[in-house]
Amino acid sequence: MSGIGTGYDLYPTTFSPDGRIFQVEYAHKAVENSSTAIGLCCKDGVVFGIEKIILSKMLVEGTNRRVFSVGEHIGIATAGLTADGRRIVQNARQEAKNYENFTSDIIPIHVLTERLSIYVQVFTLYNYIRPFGCSLMIGSYDEEKGPSLYCIEPDSVALGFYGCAIGKGKQEAKTEISKLKLSEMTCKDAVKEIAKILIKTVHDETKEKEMELEMSWICKETKGKHKLVPKKLIEEAVEWVKGQENEED
Amino acid sequence: MFNFEKEFLSDLNKEVKTGTTVMAVTFKGGVIIAADSRTSSGSYAVNRVTDKLTPVHDQIYCLRSGSAADTQIISSYVSYYTNMFSIEEGSKPTVKKAAHMFREFLYQNKQYLHAAIICAGWDPIEGGSVYSLPLGGSIVKQPFATGGSGSTYLYGYCDMNFKENMTEEEAEKFVTYGITEAIARDGGSGGIVRKAIIDKNGVRRKTVYGNKLKKFWEK
Repeated sequence: MSGIGTGYDLYPTTFSPDGRIFQVEYAHKAVENSSTAIGLCCKDGVVFGIEKIILSKMLVEGTNRRVFSVGEHIGIATAGLTADGRRIVQNARQEAKNYENFTSDIIPIHVLTERLSIYVQVFTLYNYIRPFGCSLMIGSYDEEKGPSLYCIEPDSVALGFYGCAIGKGKQEAKTEISKLKLSEMTCKDAVKEIAKILIKTVHDETKEKEMELEMSWICKETKGKHKLVPKKLIEEAVEWVKGQENEED
Repeated sequence: MFNFEKEFLSDLNKEVKTGTTVMAVTFKGGVIIAADSRTSSGSYAVNRVTDKLTPVHDQIYCLRSGSAADTQIISSYVSYYTNMFSIEEGSKPTVKKAAHMFREFLYQNKQYLHAAIICAGWDPIEGGSVYSLPLGGSIVKQPFATGGSGSTYLYGYCDMNFKENMTEEEAEKFVTYGITEAIARDGGSGGIVRKAIIDKNGVRRKTVYGNKLKKFWEK
């Protein structure tokens, strides 16, 4: 199957004549094959929502986790190759622990993001290791500085966002997110809105199997600690989305 | 057998220590740190005008006692790391951060080191703070701290005269008289009194020369 990059796409150590590194771009494609993850930076915190496709009825609920804690105060959501994501999270936990041991302060999110993006970049330099096939969203909430959300892509670019989506349905999700007034939204409302986007806009019931919602937040209510959104709230959000559908019909 | 070297030159081969007196005191609005100026190698004063007030960052200083080599290298490590971290984070380090970095070095290398540090400074979160890091590598936040061989002569003086939230003048007098007294009584301390006042406006350094030191009960 010859694609656009034929000849220049064997190793990350080769630039194409038009200045692209195809291996890194193919890594992006790996992320685009995965199911969608959304992160919203609200008035009082950050909320993550992940559309998890249920591959088999034999799978236990909540397994195949795609959202992780780093320290107590930072959450990371992944899209793409989950194993790659777990590797980066392991590195993040190491960084956070070392920082805390050395300085007795918890690591600020922008420092962690910077260090992770340097780490991811290293894997785009050599021909004997491949780039990471995952994107990460990193979120945290601080009493003084407020909520922060960053996204790191396989090419190691790390940008700060108010609202972000990664994975298969990121285009549609981003369109929906841009319609929301994030600076006025509370985290509880964000849980509902994310559920709505994932269930209605992104998830295609005819093509794919059933989905499970995995959501977590770091907000004023959790006192700045990264926690899974309580199951009850997620169920209420799903009910609300169903209610909305019926209204529109 | 009479050994000339052993009898007369042994002092010169001893390790250079800062047999010292150092003090750091919080007052309303900042900290004052003070030290004597003698570095001794046995009974020879290698440097009689030493500056033991070592800057770690813009508004964080450390007072060094114990082995001069050990304390110098550690304070330059901590200075390096605080500068790197402040660039990475985009804000100045707190005294707590610098003090905990000292602790990490002192504790992890305790077998090799003979170093005690007092880390003091001003930051916008805590105001003036003083952290004492004695020989074993523990860390204690205190309203005031003394260190070095001369500090043993000051425990009574400090206990009786320290007050919380002193004015700058009171605190300055407190440390100056303290160091003066320790210089008078401790053989390992001598020379001049060097002071630095650290508050939100920065650092002001002062010196009290030997002939200006107040004479307490002396005939």
